Amino acid sequence: MVQSEYPKLFLLILPAAIIFVAFFIVPMANLVAVGATGEDGMAAYLSVFNTPRQFESMVATVLLSLGVTAVALTISTITGLFLVRNRFWGRETLISLLTFPLAFPGVVIGFLVILLAGRQGLIGSISNAITGDKLVFAYSMAGLFIGYLYFSIPRVILTVMAAAEKLDPALEEAARSLGASPWPVIRDVILPALKPGLIASGAISFATSMGAFGTAFTLATNIDVLPMTIYTEFTLNANIAGAASLSIVLGLVTWLALFIARNLSGSTIAPSG
Amino acid sequence: MHHRWLFISQLVFTLLVCAFLIVPVILSALAGVTQNFFFGLKSGLTLRWIGEVWTLYADTIYLSLLIAIANLAVTLIIGVPAAYVLARQGGKLARFIEEIIVLPVAVPGLAIALALIITYGGFRDFRTSWVFILVGHVLYTLPFMVRSVLAVLSSMNFREMEEGASSLGASFWQRFYTVVVPNAKSGILAGSLMVVTLSVGEFNLTWMLHTPLTKTLPVGLADSYASMRLEVASAYTLVFFVMIIPLLVAMQLLSRENRQIRKTKQDSLPELEQLDLRKSHT
Repeated sequence: MVQSEYPKLFLLILPAAIIFVAFFIVPMANLVAVGATGEDGMAAYLSVFNTPRQFESMVATVLLSLGVTAVALTISTITGLFLVRNRFWGRETLISLLTFPLAFPGVVIGFLVILLAGRQGLIGSISNAITGDKLVFAYSMAGLFIGYLYFSIPRVILTVMAAAEKLDPALEEAARSLGASPWPVIRDVILPALKPGLIASGAISFATSMGAFGTAFTLATNIDVLPMTIYTEFTLNANIAGAASLSIVLGLVTWLALFIARNLSGSTIAPSG
Repeated sequence: MHHRWLFISQLVFTLLVCAFLIVPVILSALAGVTQNFFFGLKSGLTLRWIGEVWTLYADTIYLSLLIAIANLAVTLIIGVPAAYVLARQGGKLARFIEEIIVLPVAVPGLAIALALIITYGGFRDFRTSWVFILVGHVLYTLPFMVRSVLAVLSSMNFREMEEGASSLGASFWQRFYTVVVPNAKSGILAGSLMVVTLSVGEFNLTWMLHTPLTKTLPVGLADSYASMRLEVASAYTLVFFVMIIPLLVAMQLLSRENRQIRKTKQDSLPELEQLDLRKSHT
């Protein structure tokens, strides 16, 4: 019976396969090929390293993403652990509020940063009232940092919470009954057990930050983060080969981050010892 | 006493994080209905800006809805059967196909959009129609639908149910429509909500794929952020929030329900790596 059903199964997956091959596999292969059609040929893929402007943009994007990831992990671990380990009135609402921003597009997040730290922003008017000095940083690296943090925090909190819910309370109790004080319990029991979750969420935060275009588009007209560099190369400089090769490199970096993290976090999921 | 202090300090910290995420949203909503944001609420409330958004951008809202619905139809028609095949097939090949299908989520939207433009940009009629944007949305949201359905199918023994139906004489297609699809309902619903939410808010691909005649809501938003006064931009953002927040609430209610079902079932099946909004592009 099973044998005879293969053609029908094939028929069921065929529409998805056709669309996917025609509009993803073929165009992406084409993109890789076009990336090598510039003056430098295949060497275009190395231009990230030997074109100073592109290299600077790559370094800036990686540093920004790493910084955002580190801060988001710290903030979200504290918040996520707190929300998992305590039951109090309003907890569910708080969790809902913390996860809403997940679906906000980057452009909207950029605008929210303008409302916070732009020329008519909240932070500016508060600082103006206190010190008489209007603090405006929405359109700088600091503004981007705030925006990236905004979309990273909900992503990391949810992942940390999912990991923390699986923690075995017995381990912690054992440590405490042996006389360990709160901080060593966190350092030696909880954080090691959370490690797979932290790696996974860190990778999500890093990959999202690397590829974030919407937020940068709203805020950073003159900051060279990689997605903006690709966009300028393509639209203003009409450097299609350059844009293609850069976006392939960017795609590889984000894919690799997610891939490595998944395999790392998958293999160490059992907290032993 | 020490514990109480620890609890309160953590609570305050969490509330601050929450304020960081929510205060700007409230600011934006208020700015959208305030006469003059610079002078604050005391300048009075108004629906004038919302009206202005409607006259300027109503077509972007319609187009976004049209694309979201078309996208939902396509991802349902091609995604649900694909998920079923992957769940039935299992093994290395299915894992590999699944891995490939998820690639558009792991690769930035900018790269996919460039690839589409380079490959199909020459077909003028296609390039200038909204279907070009739809193609991008389908690629990007399909993995969410497939994974969502696949997760539900892998968590239950649908083969056994199918065998039961088949011993009663049900054909392959009858089984698919009367056994598989109804049982995968919660996954289909969750996937549908995600797919619509992502499509309505998609910017990275859409910005590259749109033409002056095919502007979606997020494209219009970017346009208003760059060229309109703050109140109009805020009112437009408010319209977007009003569209997207019911979807998010529905999604949260559904996932809470599903979690409870899973808890009562206590299945020991290996959990599939989740693909939810956490992995979405921004």
